[in-house]
Amino acid sequence: MKIELLPVVKLEQLTPTIYALHLRSTYIAGTIQPGQFVNIKVQQSNYPLLRRPFSVASKEDDTITIIFDVVGEGTHILSKKEPGDVIDVLGPLGHPFTMPGRGSIPVLVAGGLGMAPMPILTQTLADHGITDVVTFLGARSKDSLIDYKLKNVHFATDDNSKGFHGTVVALLDAWLDSVKAGKVTVYACGPNPMLRALQSALRKRSVGGQVSLECVMACGVGLCQGCPVASVKGDKKYELVCKDGPVFDIHSVII
Amino acid sequence: MTDISTDFTLGSMVCRNRVWVASGTFGYGDECPDLVDVNKIGAVITKSLSLKPRDGNPPPRIVETPGGMINSIGLANIGLQRFLEEKAPFLRALNTAVIVNIAASTIEEYKEVLGRIEEADCCDGYEINVSCPNVKEGGLSFGTNISMTAEITRVLRPLTSKPLIVKLTPNVTSVSEFARAVQDEGADAVSLINTLIGMSVDVKTRRPKISTTTGGLSGPAIRPVALAKVYEVVKSVTIPVIGIGGITCANDALEFFITGAAAVEIGTANYIDPNIAVTIADDIEQYCRNNGINDVADIIGTLQTDQTISVVKSWL
Repeated sequence: MKIELLPVVKLEQLTPTIYALHLRSTYIAGTIQPGQFVNIKVQQSNYPLLRRPFSVASKEDDTITIIFDVVGEGTHILSKKEPGDVIDVLGPLGHPFTMPGRGSIPVLVAGGLGMAPMPILTQTLADHGITDVVTFLGARSKDSLIDYKLKNVHFATDDNSKGFHGTVVALLDAWLDSVKAGKVTVYACGPNPMLRALQSALRKRSVGGQVSLECVMACGVGLCQGCPVASVKGDKKYELVCKDGPVFDIHSVII
Repeated sequence: MTDISTDFTLGSMVCRNRVWVASGTFGYGDECPDLVDVNKIGAVITKSLSLKPRDGNPPPRIVETPGGMINSIGLANIGLQRFLEEKAPFLRALNTAVIVNIAASTIEEYKEVLGRIEEADCCDGYEINVSCPNVKEGGLSFGTNISMTAEITRVLRPLTSKPLIVKLTPNVTSVSEFARAVQDEGADAVSLINTLIGMSVDVKTRRPKISTTTGGLSGPAIRPVALAKVYEVVKSVTIPVIGIGGITCANDALEFFITGAAAVEIGTANYIDPNIAVTIADDIEQYCRNNGINDVADIIGTLQTDQTISVVKSWL
């Protein structure tokens, strides 16, 4: 991990509030693994004070991309960046997704902006020769379904504006009826209520998987101990999302 | 280029400079070797150590507030045994001063932890945490009780010849009375301020933003309060005062030195750049060079208190 000042290559507007920010970093593009994140100081002032964590969504040559929704002051500032601006970025951070076992189909399940780590995961799976990826993507409505660089996507919307009418977990659960439990590895990211529902659906079917968690963080490297998640394994009551995660065995954490 | 003297000696502890990292903001010094050259930090103060491991408080533990953050970590730490096995060898091998911060819920616990670290000989000094706002037992109930704070200092003093620093809370009416009390019991220095009690509420859910409702406020927001407390204490004790509170750059640190702090601790700013203490120490050296100052010590306590109004243009 390093702290670098990265030039903005391009800010791409995907929807009225969702952006893809492309930053130039030979170092991060060369070392990033799917599921890892970067911690960004959105501007050089004491407001906002702390860095903001973002999954790296994709990499290409010497460029990395983060995808964000304008939900607060930090993302508002990021949405005003222009090519040539430089941004203070710390990364890559955290534990990545691991590749599925031989013969296991990777099933990517994302809710809303939980899709952020999925393009680079799809890309990395393909680099490993794994192309039979199945992706389930859910959101409130079609306006917030971001299928940027995703493959073989099944959509679900709460308002029935696209794909399956209902939650992405319900859609996945129905699909799992058609496959053998031991034959899939789930990769998930999304809001906590969705992940709780997913955890319980997978547990009933004895399906395993990996989950990338989101959490308020300060340092991103384990100094502040500010991002605990309760753990059900080992002797530790809490793991840190930044350092022990953000990717965990989906059945090892209490979300 | 002239060599600037930056070192600071406190009893038997020699620090290469006066910019330290505050307890609880730098782990045990081994968290991010990629980002920081630990040996260039004036002193590494460890995460508060208790006799038994502590899980810490449930999430959410932190929230950002204007110019700062509120934390409620709850002294999460690996406990004395694992510290001695896993961290002490690393700390012993460091080529800079190491201060172990000790937290406890009873006087006996303080004595046991300090005694066993003393046997292991893995540090150059001790900082006694009597002021954590986020734990039920000990913590602030010690730090806001002057006779208890004095008592802790009194029982620990004979157990070590290394410097004993008592970290004071600002959550009292008169912090200088506490400073005088620990000075009278033989403390070598006081460090202040620990965090201020703070709170933040999510209006949408009407819930507090951290799990313990209130927590410790830190960051640039508290710097003026910290500076005023340091000013108060510097005037009332003769032992060195270590300034803590919202320091993010050399200029901030210089405010504390001018006011009379003998050294400073960097806390929240480590979360933004773990190497910031080294940068600040370097920048202070450069400041000295630029201003014809040969020793950082010459800045300390140089506050001008005559009533000349200086026109500060930088606020524009």
